[in-house]
Amino acid sequence: MRLAPSRLLLGLFCLLVAVWLVMPTLVIIPMSFNEKKSLAFPPSGFSWQWYENFFTNPDWLSSFFNSLRVAGLVAVAATLIGTLASLGLSRMKHSGAGLLRAILITPMIVPGVVLAIGIYAVYLDYQLVGTTTGFVIAHTMLAIPFVIIAVSASLEVFDARLETAAASLGANRFTTFRTVTLPLIAPGILSGLLFAFVTSFDEIIVALFITSPYLKTLPVQIFTSITRDADPTVTAVGTIIFIATTLVISAGLIISSKSTRS
Amino acid sequence: MSQTSHTPTAGGDHPRPPGAVRAPQRRLRLAAYPSLLAMPALALLIAAMGYPLLTVTLRSFSDPSWGLQNYVWFFSTPVNVTVLWRTFSIAAWVTIVCVIAAYPYAYLMTAVGPRLRLVLILCVLVPFWVSGVVRTLAWVILLQDSGIINSVIRLLGFDGVKLIRTQTGVVIGMAQVLLPFMILPLYSVMRGIDLRLVQAARSLGARPARAFLQIYLPLSLPGVFAGAIIVFILSLGFYITPALLGGPRSTMLSTLVQSQVLSLLNWGRGGAMGVVLLVATFVLLALAAPLMRQRHKQASRS
Repeated sequence: MRLAPSRLLLGLFCLLVAVWLVMPTLVIIPMSFNEKKSLAFPPSGFSWQWYENFFTNPDWLSSFFNSLRVAGLVAVAATLIGTLASLGLSRMKHSGAGLLRAILITPMIVPGVVLAIGIYAVYLDYQLVGTTTGFVIAHTMLAIPFVIIAVSASLEVFDARLETAAASLGANRFTTFRTVTLPLIAPGILSGLLFAFVTSFDEIIVALFITSPYLKTLPVQIFTSITRDADPTVTAVGTIIFIATTLVISAGLIISSKSTRS
Repeated sequence: MSQTSHTPTAGGDHPRPPGAVRAPQRRLRLAAYPSLLAMPALALLIAAMGYPLLTVTLRSFSDPSWGLQNYVWFFSTPVNVTVLWRTFSIAAWVTIVCVIAAYPYAYLMTAVGPRLRLVLILCVLVPFWVSGVVRTLAWVILLQDSGIINSVIRLLGFDGVKLIRTQTGVVIGMAQVLLPFMILPLYSVMRGIDLRLVQAARSLGARPARAFLQIYLPLSLPGVFAGAIIVFILSLGFYITPALLGGPRSTMLSTLVQSQVLSLLNWGRGGAMGVVLLVATFVLLALAAPLMRQRHKQASRS
């Protein structure tokens, strides 16, 4: 293929866009080994001290485990409620289904701050500020749309005749669901679970309002650290999250490529 | 994946007759009200979103006393109107930047081989691999006066540019966060465009530019439209990026809401601002929805 100048220009432009997309993620990694307590680029020297700080500082560790606990609970709750809702929506035949679906995914577009002050106001009345219950309720509501979208996508390509076939062979409703429907939509449910976890683990706006000194999540800790001082521990945390995500996604890719091959 | 392929002739029109005979009563109940399965989600939504939003709206009219005084205050204070206008203009800039950057990128995704396409898709997804707050910190590192971008500019022999705590910096950071929401819908629309139509135009004597403008561009517009609406609406509510990258001259509405409620404890005024933001979002969505549907129909027809 000859390389026309217009093609070269297109390629260069897209390379620039790709760099723009990726650079913020990659710049975090060298910064995390900085010897000095500064965020000036380029970093100087090499040290593990910010990783050490993350693993020994109780502020960072407790916020990390708080996030893990909240996100784990949210992932389970949102997947359960969201999958049920998707199943219901896929079986609804009248026009109400579209409206109900639109209503259920509104948390995605409501401006975060408006939602946050509302939840904060309600939580102040019900003493839910700074509680795990409060975090789980708010984050589950925010995560359900992602589960609904993921599960609905796999239900859309699901052939309903398979359920009919199972039923005609004598399976009752529950057996049909367990042995036919569930395994076929499992990939959608799994990606919904993952999305729900990430949504909660990453959520900051509502968290900033309903946090308390006793219950901080990781994003809140990161935000306060950034606004307070130039602490490179944040970049170490970012690198750890980046590596963990890379591992999870690679594992997911390997598993899914194996399962499609068999 | 072969068992999941769906033929349009046999859809879910028939409500499973064999099973209905087997267990008539239970089947009837669940089959008649499948919406019951969505009730837990709806209940949570009402409790954790509906009720809080209602509270905010009520307070905007009732705090400190009943009436419209909070809205009168909002629209008669020049600072607020400036910020409201700035919020819309930043959202518009972010949308424009996203369209310009995403259109060629999405096109390239459809034009290259599978390997390079995977790399391009990975580049779109990598930003999601680091938490949003960390990514904003990365932008602080990149944009600061001694940051990488300024170093490169100086290396090229130009004067440094002030990027951090300016509107330009906020737009650069926000557009990067929102770019995937523009690229992905564009890509899915462009993938469905029949390139033979462009070839046909060329064979009929159209120059490349004319074939692009008259055939390809109109067919890809639904994707541009869908992406632009999502990006614009999400930009309106941005909070973290402007708070960290911006300065006092690039404050957006979300920051004002936050400071009214958390710093000044003025629920009425903060609520009124929130309601303005909420109404703007939904009005835009309502205006865009029928337009988007129409465009989609047009695209599928041609």
